[in-house]
Amino acid sequence: MARDGILGRFDLARAAFALRAEFSVPDRGITAVFGPSGSGKTTLLRCIAGLERAAGAFSLDDEIWQDDATGVFVAPHCRAIGYVFQEANLFPHLSVRGNIEYGWRRVPPGGRHVPLDRTIELLGLGGLLSRFPERLSGGERQRVAIARALVTSPRLLLMDEPLSALDREAKTGLMPYLESLHETLAIPVLYVSHALDEVTRLADHLLVLREGKIQIHGPLADMLVNLQFSIAEADEASVIVDAVVAEHEDRYELTVLEFGGGRLTVAQRLYPLGRRVRVNIHARDVSIALSRSADTSILNILPARVAQIADAGPAQWLVRLDTGDLRAPTSLLARITRRSGEALSLRPGLAVYAQIKSVALVG
Amino acid sequence: MEWPALWLTLRLAGITALLLLLFGTPLAWWLARTRFRFKSVVETMVALPLVLPPTVLGFYLLLLLAPDGAIGRLWQHLGGDPLVFSFKGLVIGSVVYSLPFAVQPLQAAFATLSRGCMEAAATLRAAPLDRFLSVAVPLARPGFLTAAVLGFAHTLGEFGVVLMIGGNIPGRTRVISIAVYDQVETLQYRQAHLLSTAVLMLSFVLLFTVYTLNRRHRRGA
Repeated sequence: MARDGILGRFDLARAAFALRAEFSVPDRGITAVFGPSGSGKTTLLRCIAGLERAAGAFSLDDEIWQDDATGVFVAPHCRAIGYVFQEANLFPHLSVRGNIEYGWRRVPPGGRHVPLDRTIELLGLGGLLSRFPERLSGGERQRVAIARALVTSPRLLLMDEPLSALDREAKTGLMPYLESLHETLAIPVLYVSHALDEVTRLADHLLVLREGKIQIHGPLADMLVNLQFSIAEADEASVIVDAVVAEHEDRYELTVLEFGGGRLTVAQRLYPLGRRVRVNIHARDVSIALSRSADTSILNILPARVAQIADAGPAQWLVRLDTGDLRAPTSLLARITRRSGEALSLRPGLAVYAQIKSVALVG
Repeated sequence: MEWPALWLTLRLAGITALLLLLFGTPLAWWLARTRFRFKSVVETMVALPLVLPPTVLGFYLLLLLAPDGAIGRLWQHLGGDPLVFSFKGLVIGSVVYSLPFAVQPLQAAFATLSRGCMEAAATLRAAPLDRFLSVAVPLARPGFLTAAVLGFAHTLGEFGVVLMIGGNIPGRTRVISIAVYDQVETLQYRQAHLLSTAVLMLSFVLLFTVYTLNRRHRRGA
């Protein structure tokens, strides 16, 4: 029987915690598993890897790793997975080379599709091969852990907050590697994170967990403007939009980007015209006005229409604004106080202006 | 110099240490991981030789190994020679007597073994036995070294158990400790001095080696 994509259903009851999750995600690209700590993200990955035995089923295309109905449970070492743990878990008694080759040696030669040398080069580990883990920095350890998992040629890569143990600098250093993985390898990735900025930068698909249950899942762009998802994360709520570089205003050192909802002016980036960029706009940086004010320092003001309003905490509203072509709008989120919302008599359908205080280019 | 006694003692200690590693490793691994309800009963039984007077332990072993004892009868039924007052009997006694000295360091080493490393090995295609040999054993190396040397050294010092189940048969059961006792009894102080010094030095060198090696391992080999 041909199945498509990654299908999972897990049911696990623990003293203080229960995981009840059923999901299907595409078998390509990066799927972010997102949620606050304690929501069951790690447990979900452990169930997929077979390190935790939950009731249920899991399959990846035509490969069935668990199916309680037919009594199938494939042992972890027989599953073609790569697992990057939060704490790297390198073998302290083996050198970097020994760590990377540990899994590679255990894969039959015919199954080694991910080349050793290129992976070492891709992750910038060439100069570290004879070192031992205790003499590596946090960022280097995670890179070794990623390389070690990749060269087993997994059919599915599980990454459990690979950046969370790192400081800001190491995080920024590792991001480009993760992004290049995305572009060069056709291995589907489940990426656990509780940091929305990581998710918006890397993921194509999002799966949100809360208290052991899947709250919602779908393509990233749809999800971020979905109020049901965003409410709980109101402080962090944001949208991403795809834009292209349209113009440079050299005199003011500014760059103009064009997206579905209009034009955005940002601090100059010396990108060639026409280059695609990903823009992250936080709800807290978007305010709403009924008329276009001429005397303001805000550069980015876009005509919009109120699409949806939701309560986000005691005093705040999260408002979805549609911009651009109303038949295929590009949505923004605005976080405003309830008092302002009532003063402006906001209601769905109302024509307004979205004032965007800041915009972050994320890729 | 009592060469036969020295040689017999070293053989006994060597074989005992080997058997302790062989049987002690799975037992320690099980004790370190199990959630078995009566785990502490098993732990207590393993630790008993630490506190029991060797003569008491030897007395029970004598009863068990004797031709009409449970183990002795089974052994002879399977075609073995009598166990009491034999080298084989001494080996069995020594394994029991030194068991905690091998099991406890191994159990401690396995208990502190990083679960993360073992799980990482599993996700890197290593089967359970492969994981044990390629990750657990190298990481627990100090535990193995301590277990082997303590098992060996403790057997060197065995006296009461040997006295009860082995007696004093030259070349078969006359070990160093018995020889020294015998020499003192018969006022051969010079002989006793010689043998005692040899044992003292051997024990010192053994223990010193363990502590030095384990310290180096902790610092990262």
